[in-house]
Amino acid sequence: MDATRRLARAAAPFLRRVGTIVVALWGASVLVFTVLNVLPGSPAQVILGTQATPQAVRQLTAQLGLNKSLLRQYVDWVGGLLHGSLGVSYISHLGIGAQIAQALSVTGPLVLFALVIGLAIGLPLGFIGAVRHGRFSGSLIGGLSQIGMAVPTVVAGLLLVIILTVKFHVFPTSGFPGWSDPLQALRSLVLPAFSLGLVEGAILSRYVRASILEQLRSDYLRTARSKGLRVGQALRRHGIRNAAIPLVTVVGLELASLIVGAIVVENVFALPGLGLLLLDSVNNRDLLTVQDIAMLVATAVLVINLVVDVSYHLLDPRLKGQS
Amino acid sequence: MTEIGSAPLTGDTMVGGDDVIEDARASLWRRWLRNPSALIGGIIVVLVVASAVISLVWTPYNPLAVDPSHALSGPSLRHLLGTDEYGRDVFSRLMASSQVALFVGFLSVLIATVVGIPAGLLAAERRGATGQVVLRLADILYGFPALLAAVVLAAAFGASKTTVVLAIGISYIPVFVRVTRSNALVVLNSEYVLAARAYGRRPLAIMRRHVIPNILTTIIAQMSLLFSLAVLAETALDFLGLGTAAPAASWGTMLQSSQNYLGNDPLLTVWPSVAIVLCVLGFSLLGDGISELRDVRSSR
Repeated sequence: MDATRRLARAAAPFLRRVGTIVVALWGASVLVFTVLNVLPGSPAQVILGTQATPQAVRQLTAQLGLNKSLLRQYVDWVGGLLHGSLGVSYISHLGIGAQIAQALSVTGPLVLFALVIGLAIGLPLGFIGAVRHGRFSGSLIGGLSQIGMAVPTVVAGLLLVIILTVKFHVFPTSGFPGWSDPLQALRSLVLPAFSLGLVEGAILSRYVRASILEQLRSDYLRTARSKGLRVGQALRRHGIRNAAIPLVTVVGLELASLIVGAIVVENVFALPGLGLLLLDSVNNRDLLTVQDIAMLVATAVLVINLVVDVSYHLLDPRLKGQS
Repeated sequence: MTEIGSAPLTGDTMVGGDDVIEDARASLWRRWLRNPSALIGGIIVVLVVASAVISLVWTPYNPLAVDPSHALSGPSLRHLLGTDEYGRDVFSRLMASSQVALFVGFLSVLIATVVGIPAGLLAAERRGATGQVVLRLADILYGFPALLAAVVLAAAFGASKTTVVLAIGISYIPVFVRVTRSNALVVLNSEYVLAARAYGRRPLAIMRRHVIPNILTTIIAQMSLLFSLAVLAETALDFLGLGTAAPAASWGTMLQSSQNYLGNDPLLTVWPSVAIVLCVLGFSLLGDGISELRDVRSSR
């Protein structure tokens, strides 16, 4: 009895957060649906062109289920999403779910690859920047990361292409050969992943630096140092774990921004991922596909946010019991 | 320094007269000059703004004037930064593009502040149901980063500069709600606000006399940072063809058309890249500098 009550108390803030995320997702679905469906003009007319007879337009409208009330269409759409059925594209007549799954097989590895690069750059640079704070190398790292943050992913991508592809022919400029040849597939992901990862690494390094500097200035670290430990030792024994907590937030937020950044990068490098599918759908006025992808990305962003929030509480025992 | 450092300079608790304020202003100016972020950021921002203002009345060439006989000519005395594939002067187009960047940055930050700050203040003052509703609405918008919002709006209404401004502005609303709310809560929980409440001041008057003056610097720093992010987002959207339409010049569209000449004329990519990085760097440094100036401890 007592154990269940304790468990319930521990789970309450978590459940409350899940509740807010469900509300946010519902709101997001209403928003996306409204923006994409309240406009006058019928998708059937767009598909059939201006020459189509009114009868043909009416027929196709009924076939697509667009003659139902907006509320009915909304309920059908969300119901489908909840059952994992994303519908069929008005334009390509392909299953949207299959298309998205195919696209994710490119975007997923790209985002992970970029995250690894971002961490590999951001963590050591931020650490060195903090330990060497006030010295030349520290200021240099600080300055470089400030500039790196100001570089748009597009610019990073184009400059990498100019340097590594046009001049030295190291990597393919664009396209994706598919996973049947994993080595070639990875090779074509290298430049896009670096375009994303370099910029994210610069941002990350600033947070790492700030977080570690804060630990270096704390009383307990000063105590540790006065007891004879070197900076590195003191940080390893006491500081790192405290510095890591705010970093969980940052890495989570970076993951969300990498997913969005992938939309841009895929268009620079013509990678057939989620971003290219999204842009193609916008250009073809394939609104149902846009609706599905928008909802998917919004869900990913909100869920990452939730996971970050919850893990923050799990990692920091001081926050236990607070909501 | 007098006691200004610790006491809020506003409202009921103000000490001293005009002399003290004069002193504080002079010292703020001096600290500005001694703060590298604020100084460098300020200079870059002034340069970008100047280039945009000058380009309204003068550019070396008409940024839209086509001259096929001088297409893709490199930097020269006639064309400082060379010409693009249609023979248009790159320097003139860079200058004209700064107008677009500032226009989009200014309007989107305006939208975000006009909605976000009052909403954040409301959420701080009314911590019950009203505050919860405001926060949950902000949560919904949080799911739509600028780029995603822009794509959805472009799919519905067609791509334009307006959809870009709206998308960036809307996606930054939750940021302002959160920053305003958390900073306002600190002020609202302070003892001098308690004293003001006990004295019978109404919530609106407390907001005006205590909360807003105290959170203003933080908000301005945040505005400068978001301005730099707005320029980044605008560049990406123009590059994707979701914003400024050709032949109008913008840094993003310049990058897009430079893509075909990466091998022959890489400088066409380099110039707009430099302009974007400088502009973004300027506003983000300025934002950092303003937050450092606010924090009196770090300036010592």
